[in-house]
Amino acid sequence: MSSSQAHRTIDAIWRMESAKLIAGLTRMVRDVGLAEDLAQDALVIALERWAETGIPDNPGAWLMTTAKRRAIDFIRRSKLRDQKYVEIGHSINLYTEDDVDQTLDGEIGDDLLRLIFMTCHPVLSQDARVALTLRLLCGLTTDEIARSFLVAESTVAQRIVRAKRTLSAEKIPFEVPAREEMKDRMSAVLEVIYLMFNEGYSATSGDHWIRPLLCQEALRLGRILAEITPHEQEVHGLVALMEIQASRLKTRVNAKGEPILLMDQNRAKWDQLLIHRGLAALDRSRKLGQTLGPYSLQAAISACHAKARSEAETDWIRIAALYEALARATPSLIVELNRAVAISMAFGPAFGLQIVDELNIEPSLQGYHLLPSVRGDLLAKVGRHDEARTEFERAASMTQNTRERELLFQRAANLRVDRST
Amino acid sequence: MRFMMIVKATTDSEAGVMPSQELIDAMQKYNEELVKAGVLLAADGLQPSTNAIRISYPEPGGKPKMMDGPFTEAKEIIAGYTLIEVKSREEAIEWALRMPDPHGFGQGEIELRQVFEVEDLMENTETLAKETALRKQVHEQHKS
Repeated sequence: MSSSQAHRTIDAIWRMESAKLIAGLTRMVRDVGLAEDLAQDALVIALERWAETGIPDNPGAWLMTTAKRRAIDFIRRSKLRDQKYVEIGHSINLYTEDDVDQTLDGEIGDDLLRLIFMTCHPVLSQDARVALTLRLLCGLTTDEIARSFLVAESTVAQRIVRAKRTLSAEKIPFEVPAREEMKDRMSAVLEVIYLMFNEGYSATSGDHWIRPLLCQEALRLGRILAEITPHEQEVHGLVALMEIQASRLKTRVNAKGEPILLMDQNRAKWDQLLIHRGLAALDRSRKLGQTLGPYSLQAAISACHAKARSEAETDWIRIAALYEALARATPSLIVELNRAVAISMAFGPAFGLQIVDELNIEPSLQGYHLLPSVRGDLLAKVGRHDEARTEFERAASMTQNTRERELLFQRAANLRVDRST
Repeated sequence: MRFMMIVKATTDSEAGVMPSQELIDAMQKYNEELVKAGVLLAADGLQPSTNAIRISYPEPGGKPKMMDGPFTEAKEIIAGYTLIEVKSREEAIEWALRMPDPHGFGQGEIELRQVFEVEDLMENTETLAKETALRKQVHEQHKS
């Protein structure tokens, strides 16, 4: 094996094992930053040792043993030795009690879940949570994270360092929260994963409409979370939503990198395997309770599109009803806007336009480019072309995504052509 | 990127001999690991080719020829597959190496094949850049 090949293999092993390593070590040393350092140390030793001896049969166990030895060394050397021993002893008692979550399965699953809860802790800013999760749970480099979010590498590095410092300064425990607190914290975890996915699915700014790396990492995390918390309805809902959305990734842009709207996408190219997985996850969510949460509802809407072979075959009445339920579960103007679209499809553009006109005067939606974009679409459908064109142009001036802007200008221009012919 | 780990048939699997409990346990543990890493997409075992139908087109544009199983040449028959989604070829190889020897008796064979993805073609320059960044990182870790 050439040395660059060996390095790539070791890098792949690092990716597979790092989250488990860091989670296990955090349980020992109670400090996520220190745990990461210890895990990295073990990796460096592996790089040296394995170059001579070859990769061991169970590289994960090798890394864990090496890292744990270093952790023990560290604790022995540490001035806070006695205090640490007490802390560790204390926490071991705490975590072997099964009252935390009876659905947990296996030690590594426990540790991973604790790590997810820690990196998604509300004490951190949303940006910090995402960066830290990508770094510690997905094993991404700061450089990769920086490129995915189009920020400088130093910004990401700083964000991560600060996040780790905050966790240690605030003495955030390495634990799965107790039942009552679990719900709130779980929603923070789901939010981080969904944010990650959305950032990859439709970039808020920049030239690239999609960033597959982020989608993949979010999906991977969601799948892990579903495995270690199988009784959480919304986890399955979120996984279902992401799987179904991801099934359309390939059809969301054309060869030139321009966005293609849902209705114009080539459905034959939707990934049936991911749709199948998404529907299965939605089914699991349904079986866990009658009332679907916001992620499950969105997944159910997405499933309606996934199951329809064409726009005409789409069950718009059902989608409108699901939006109704979603609006009750999480009332928001954005949901309302989407409901307007669904209603216009189910019952005609005039009905949708009525809702959109009401939204049009909402002050909080004034900078939201999708409002004039939807309004333009409905106006065009009812034949008010001049107004429609103005709306498309207004929407184009608001979006930060260059690809999307081009599309909107194109739609405005098309209306001009329509009128002249 | 997606890879399919294809498990080749053996005389045992073709004869419909069920795998040992030991192997079933090992496979289950392995699959659990794949799930916990969030990389497993699908995995199935196939029934022996006694049950299979082969459709071939010996003449271009001609009628298909149907042939009922069982088929000979066990090595060319698929006994099962596991579909995974990973970040690199190396990761796929590493997972494939961790899969338990499918049948033992010196006949176990796993073939690793990459699945075509449209975005691979589109994202080529990015992937390349990422790969370079990874190598750079490993190199730096090695130095430190």
